[in-house]
Amino acid sequence: MLESGYKEMEAFKQITAKVMPLDRANVDTDAIIPKQFLKSIRRAGFGPYLFDEWRYEDIGEPEMDCTNRPLKDDFILNNPDYQGAEILLTRENFGCGSSREHAPWALDDYGFRAIIAPSFADIFFNNCFKNGILPIALSADVVDSLFKEIAAGYQLAIDLDKQTIVTPKGEVIQFDVDAARKYRLYNGLDDIALTLLQADKIKAYEAERVKRAPWLFA
Amino acid sequence: MSEKTLYDKLWDDHVVHTEDDGTSLIYIDRQLIHEVTSPQAFESLRLAGRKPWNTQRNLAVADHNVPTTDRKLKIPDPIARLQVETLDKNCAEFGITEFDMNDVRQGIVHVMGPEQGATLPGMTIVCGDSHTSTHGASGALAFGIGTSEVELALATQCLTQKKSKNFLIKVNGSVGAGVTAKDIVLAIIGEIGTAGGTGYAIEFAGTAITNLSIEGRMTVCNMAIEAGARAGLIAVDDTTVDYYRDRPYSPKGEHWFMAEREWQKLHSDEGAVFDKLVELNAADIKPQVTWGTSPEMVVAIDEHVPHPEDEFDAVKQQGMINALRYMGLDGGQAINEIKIDKVFIGSCTNSRIEDLRAAAAVIKGKKKAETVTLALVVPGSGLVKLQAEKEGLDKVFIDAGFEWREPGCSMCLAMNADKLLEGERCASTSNRNFEGRQGYGGRTHLVSPAMAAAAGITGHFVDVREWV
Repeated sequence: MLESGYKEMEAFKQITAKVMPLDRANVDTDAIIPKQFLKSIRRAGFGPYLFDEWRYEDIGEPEMDCTNRPLKDDFILNNPDYQGAEILLTRENFGCGSSREHAPWALDDYGFRAIIAPSFADIFFNNCFKNGILPIALSADVVDSLFKEIAAGYQLAIDLDKQTIVTPKGEVIQFDVDAARKYRLYNGLDDIALTLLQADKIKAYEAERVKRAPWLFA
Repeated sequence: MSEKTLYDKLWDDHVVHTEDDGTSLIYIDRQLIHEVTSPQAFESLRLAGRKPWNTQRNLAVADHNVPTTDRKLKIPDPIARLQVETLDKNCAEFGITEFDMNDVRQGIVHVMGPEQGATLPGMTIVCGDSHTSTHGASGALAFGIGTSEVELALATQCLTQKKSKNFLIKVNGSVGAGVTAKDIVLAIIGEIGTAGGTGYAIEFAGTAITNLSIEGRMTVCNMAIEAGARAGLIAVDDTTVDYYRDRPYSPKGEHWFMAEREWQKLHSDEGAVFDKLVELNAADIKPQVTWGTSPEMVVAIDEHVPHPEDEFDAVKQQGMINALRYMGLDGGQAINEIKIDKVFIGSCTNSRIEDLRAAAAVIKGKKKAETVTLALVVPGSGLVKLQAEKEGLDKVFIDAGFEWREPGCSMCLAMNADKLLEGERCASTSNRNFEGRQGYGGRTHLVSPAMAAAAGITGHFVDVREWV
């Protein structure tokens, strides 16, 4: 990783990791990473400010050292039982609100690699795949049963290739993922390089569009 | 099936290539750029040694971080200043046109775009901001993207997507006096919920929609994202065409006539099939006020804050309990008895000239309530500000004790110095009432400009229909 925080997208193949339950619906991107941290021109370093308002007693400011900030003990991120979790389990419409990619950057920087919820907001969902995070939508009933099972140390094994989640009891939950997104995430591919392979098609489209809508190119 | 929806037409018109699984490469006609979601994209382009595909397709402006007070001085916050200066540097380095902080055309990106004719009917429009849906008001396909896609669109002029589903929301009949575009869209969100439009492009139609000006239509499409839909759309009609005549970036001469002919085709065909349909009766829509921390937590001005115990879904019930605790409200409280501390009139939802006129009409000759500590009016752009001053609206606001500021996003998201203090309650014309959105611990009630203005005068929410 460079000084600017720029890094190559990490491929996602399979993980076995602890799960943190965040039992709230409609968690918005302002909650995930409050606006004052968006002033940064870097791409990394957002992890300490993830869920800042729910996590700390004081008001967070950009570039603040978080090591001695007072914690809100009742917030799940501060529960010692769930430290080191790489999978976030939450409720419907996770990531609603703004398009800020700082939300997946903060989740990634904190250490989350996968998020399980009944549904996600579209822009956030799309942003996750660009950052090596796998968002998994399961039925509300299955999510509910995972919430009931979860306890300290609870782990899930997620395999992107097989599209499965295996619970500690050995139960196998199948999940859907768009094939094109899966391919890119699994291989950690750069969208731009892939798209530029089609440069001839883009040029041909433009040449044809200039004729149809010349005012756009005037 | 040959009948197409408006979304189908716009989509088909921009497909460069489609894979067997339906993943498509979509051409982007216009990218708008601002300071918050672009620095990492430019940095990444630079590191990879890549250049923009076509600099002419991009237009930049700083809006989120700019102060709304004196602009002659440098931005006092060094982190915000660096971000705005980084945009200036990046635009200069990559050859992208930018309206800088002291340019009269500077403003909120979604106000500036249509005002300049830089976003036009029939275009695909993206911006690293979820309220890009605003531009769909003129028969364009416009949606918000993250920073990775800002970079992708810069480098390739394309995005990779699968087509969304089609959702038609018809608002039939006419709204009564004092009921505005903001009330229509809040009522829609109250009806379908904040995830109701997830996976869809929403077309808004019906007499109550076509009766709106383009500015009103922008207010509706702006909040499509608050209903979960990345894109909101409204068909082109004569109102649309008239709006774009003679704008700086609008087509000129023969091109204007060609464009006008093409734009008139931008409507859903008779018999086009939608995946989902919701109809509302405009006459039933009253002025709306949100009571919670999600835009779907909304009721009419003559109603009460709902009781969580009346909600049977356990997750929703807990959400209501959390929201009421945060908002400092109890179930059963009458909306018109809720007292406010601050007023914010502005944002990409409601900062255009018609919004300011509506607020000024309510305020004229009256005084801000003494209990209201601050009432901010933040025009959407430098040109909106000039027009308002030409009409004397600034004096109406200032005489009433409201503050008249410089253009920007301001207290909609409180990235600059304009923010709520902990526990303060605000009547706001913005689009999100999330926890902390307008400042740490701040409490936001979303309303129309007329309703915000009236609340500023009385110090509590009031039914503006009684004033018109």
